[in-house]
Amino acid sequence: MLNLLFPDPIALRIAQALSAAFFAVMVAYLARRAGIRLQRESVVALIRGISQIVIVGLLLTLVLGGVQWLSALVLLGMMLAGAFIAAQRTRHIPGILQVTMNSILLGAGLVIGVMVGLGVIDKAPAALIPVGSIVIANAMNTTALALDRFRAEVEAHTGQIEAGLALGAAPAVVVAPYVREAVQASLIPSLNNLRSLGIVWIPGVMAGMVLAGSDPMVAAIYQFVVVAMLFATAGTTALLCTLFVRSRAFSQAEQLTLRMVKS
Amino acid sequence: MSANGRKEGAIGHGIPAGSAAHSDGDTVLETRNLSREITGKILVSDISVQVRKGTILAVVGPSGAGKSSFLRLINRLDEPTGGTVYLAGRDYKQLAPRDLRRRVGMVMQSAHLFPGTVAENLRFGPRQHGEDLLAPEIDSLLEEMGLEGFADRDVLNLSGGEAQRVSLARTLANRPEVLLLDEPTSALDDRAEREIEALLTRVLRDQHLTALIVTHDTAQAERIADRAILIDAGRLVLDGTVQEVLHAEPALP
Repeated sequence: MLNLLFPDPIALRIAQALSAAFFAVMVAYLARRAGIRLQRESVVALIRGISQIVIVGLLLTLVLGGVQWLSALVLLGMMLAGAFIAAQRTRHIPGILQVTMNSILLGAGLVIGVMVGLGVIDKAPAALIPVGSIVIANAMNTTALALDRFRAEVEAHTGQIEAGLALGAAPAVVVAPYVREAVQASLIPSLNNLRSLGIVWIPGVMAGMVLAGSDPMVAAIYQFVVVAMLFATAGTTALLCTLFVRSRAFSQAEQLTLRMVKS
Repeated sequence: MSANGRKEGAIGHGIPAGSAAHSDGDTVLETRNLSREITGKILVSDISVQVRKGTILAVVGPSGAGKSSFLRLINRLDEPTGGTVYLAGRDYKQLAPRDLRRRVGMVMQSAHLFPGTVAENLRFGPRQHGEDLLAPEIDSLLEEMGLEGFADRDVLNLSGGEAQRVSLARTLANRPEVLLLDEPTSALDDRAEREIEALLTRVLRDQHLTALIVTHDTAQAERIADRAILIDAGRLVLDGTVQEVLHAEPALP
């Protein structure tokens, strides 16, 4: 319908973006009516989202024709940005940026490295950057979920943790149940993705490949590779970030320093 | 100055009041200029106290005075920003925190039991230093707490008073030299409070334990302790027999 109104392809895309944004704003408005306060945050997120993706589109155009090390640089930039975003929700934990940065760099980096090494992901920027970005985004989400859950668990169980310390237990022993909770909780989305693959969810890569005219069978197998990779990323990142944050929750003298922020 | 203000005359500790008198070879625990200040707020300020073996010291004072903060510095759950603690003559900063906390046990206001059975909770402490608490030891510990046959109970099915007894048993399973009790009965109803208090008094005397008990209940302090310190605004205001400290209160500024 929109294509009748906007014959120029770029104008058409912009019109499509606007109508998608309109729906998003409607959702935000309805959410506000229901008493869920996310309107401002979602408008900001929308504007951010569109500017970021347009910039990336431009960047990709440059990189796709360019040299290979440039795509490594782009991925590195994405990882750093992901680390900042993941650190935001739990920013009151001292040194949290270091934690998100290390876990995303190591977690996503390891999986991307292995997959490129095995030849599962093509080294060409046109494949490496989009697939890499999916892996990094997943690492980011997993980190944020794991850290948020870890913080919440520790805050809810300060008494048990300190009781354990007071009985002469090591910090690693007393937080073990909460580390486990955090890892499990952060893996739920990736597990669900794996389980619902194809049934309730035809994910981006496959959709894109089919839309672009690939053989659905090839697209399906590649998509499985991507989703399995995402699960591996989530697992690695969740383990790493809980390991890193665990040591930040306690002082040198084995005191619990991650406390509920009292207002 | 009366030598001993304790009402029930079980074991004669005979502790003369006044801090100078406490400095002899029997001192188990000593805080030296112990202070904690965070972000400009003074929680504990320059508290020096010596506690002799077998003494039950009540820590009293208005709420928010820093009683609990003081107690949490003694097993180093919080880090002092000034001063230190000597345990059996040794600066506790030279001890591994885990060893220190095994030797200086703590019972908190709430039981904070770990999910699982009562026996699992009792085994926790000893297991941390590679010791396995055997079934007969668990049974005798529970019997002492008036909890015969509770070993396999799930902690979810305990009343508040029972949970607090398990918490006490869990701490005693470590065989601590000093026991820190942070308002151990204030979260309980009257009946449970009286029961725990009687239990505490008996256990502390029987095992000849050195204990510090934080309480806002002056009558309780009088019933349990043989010495008291009064803390206000983080400072040590009075140190003496329970009677001296409690009855001097009107003289406070």
